Amino acid sequence: MSETATKPTIKTASALDTATASGALTNAPVAMDIKNYNLNFGPQHPAAHGVLRLVLELDGETVERCDPHIGLLHRGTEKLIEYKTYMQALPYFDRLDYVAPMSQEHAFALAVEKLMGIDVPLRAQYIRVLYAEISRIANHLLNVTTFAIDVGAITPLLWGFEDRERLMEFYERVSGARLHANYFRPGGVHQDLPPGLVEEILGFCDAFPKRIDDLENLLTENRIFKQRTVDIGIISPDDAFDWGLSGPMLRGSGVAWDLRKSQPYDAYADMDFDIPVGKNGDCWSRYLVRMEEMRQSIKIMRQAILEMPGGPFMVNDRKVAPPPRAEMKHSMEALIHHFKLYTEGYHVPAGETYTAVEAPKGEFGVYVVSDGSNKPYRCKIRAPGFAFLQAADFMGKGHMLADVVAIIGSMDIVFGEIDR
Amino acid sequence: MTQALTEFGSTVATALEQNCLKVEVIRDELILWVPRTAIVPVLTYLRDDPRCLFKVLVDLCGVDYPERAERFEVVYNLLSLKHNRRIRVKVTTDEETPVPSCVGVYSTAGWFEREAWDMYGIFFADNPDLRRILTDYGFEGHPLRKDFPLTGFVEVRYDEDQKRVVYEPVKLKQEFRSFDFLSPWEGMNHLLPGDEKFKDTPDPEAGSKS
Repeated sequence: MSETATKPTIKTASALDTATASGALTNAPVAMDIKNYNLNFGPQHPAAHGVLRLVLELDGETVERCDPHIGLLHRGTEKLIEYKTYMQALPYFDRLDYVAPMSQEHAFALAVEKLMGIDVPLRAQYIRVLYAEISRIANHLLNVTTFAIDVGAITPLLWGFEDRERLMEFYERVSGARLHANYFRPGGVHQDLPPGLVEEILGFCDAFPKRIDDLENLLTENRIFKQRTVDIGIISPDDAFDWGLSGPMLRGSGVAWDLRKSQPYDAYADMDFDIPVGKNGDCWSRYLVRMEEMRQSIKIMRQAILEMPGGPFMVNDRKVAPPPRAEMKHSMEALIHHFKLYTEGYHVPAGETYTAVEAPKGEFGVYVVSDGSNKPYRCKIRAPGFAFLQAADFMGKGHMLADVVAIIGSMDIVFGEIDR
Repeated sequence: MTQALTEFGSTVATALEQNCLKVEVIRDELILWVPRTAIVPVLTYLRDDPRCLFKVLVDLCGVDYPERAERFEVVYNLLSLKHNRRIRVKVTTDEETPVPSCVGVYSTAGWFEREAWDMYGIFFADNPDLRRILTDYGFEGHPLRKDFPLTGFVEVRYDEDQKRVVYEPVKLKQEFRSFDFLSPWEGMNHLLPGDEKFKDTPDPEAGSKS
């Protein structure tokens, strides 16, 4: 077993050669029928990150073929959205990648705004950037720490989730929900930041880098962690393009591509941050990229808070944004607008757009086709994890069974968005 | 932005010659209509030409327009990292006509084509592994088609007597409700008893008051 463990190469040919050669030497007439072993991995397995069912074809302990069966969490989101108004469709995006809900909302809000030609107030853009980065940290904290658990370290999870809980509290403070926020709306955000919140987030920004250092102390140079991740699941940049990889999966291979920089949306053009890239494109590089991205996110959050302008947090257009509750108490017009918005919703001009954001996992895009009515005609959700998981076969081939767990862990897959 | 895209679109169109049916720039997004049979050479060109270099197939999906002669659109969203540009390529097809698979051009197309097959029943010729992907094992029908009901046809439950999961026709506790928000008038659009006499009056406006 030790020879096979050192280098992940496809070794069927050599294995068969030795088998036939040894058979010839002993000149036994026994026809050796070597069958590959099929292993069902998941759907109920802690390292499967949800409901992944992998059908693995094993040659000994080496993976010959890896066939992910997905769809166990398929809820028909795209179909449901076609039957909902644009306002009702938004909460479905929280339920896609439920680890970083607001990033998904962001993509849909931007797409609808593009179709309707809405200019979002600057304050709303800053709030969105702030919360998109909070989502990014929440996502990376979960991914890095569960990845660590997959390869044998349990402490990072216990530490990381404490801070993740604080981030969810920030979610709760603005939207009332820890996870399914429904906060980014086409036209801005649903509510303004409550008083005192930015100070608390700033306090988090001061304290959190220490926690990243602690996690790095535990993992980065840890011998076991490196043995499990270095040179595992290597992706070259060309392979990454071919398999449609994005986000840390692409940057881990040394491609400095980030939609926040290259196609900036909202207030990202004003933010000063760096794009970390990996060197080798292995699981360890992807881990390092995510760790550094968290530090960069802290930097962006600080800028977003300190440079946040005053003013409205939602467009002042009663046909898109609901009137304030106080106004509805004395204005008939406001009451009618509110009623129309929450029953019929707004009509989006006919057209189509593909709008993508740099979600924590990679490029999350929505392709919205509008027919001029109050419901999307078609809403295709492009989830980054879908492309990642497809590449699992190519990445896992020739690796050991235990390495597949490391590869899946480093891919950062969440089944809410893959199965939709 | 729009100017540059239009220019780029026309260069692509001239390079593709008869393989390009139409180029549009809508809301700063470039859309290329392509004959179905030419999709593989077009994508190969878009991937390899130094002016294009659309090396990433970001997304592939189907869209259903039942009223059209060829009801399905297959939409390819491409991204060029080199030129920081996006392009959308579209072909049309119907239930029977296969679309050539582009797995040979972009490996990532495999699952996206499986999904389009699963959801719409768009057949991709030469896809090496065109199985269903998101729906249940043994599922029948193509759920994202516009003529597929939102509630589906079957529902599952665990049967205590048979000790297994059973499939049954959908029983709705509440009738499926669909509100018509496009009509400016709510209410009855059929004749009330006695209204039929109204037709005899010569006034043409009277009929629309119901």
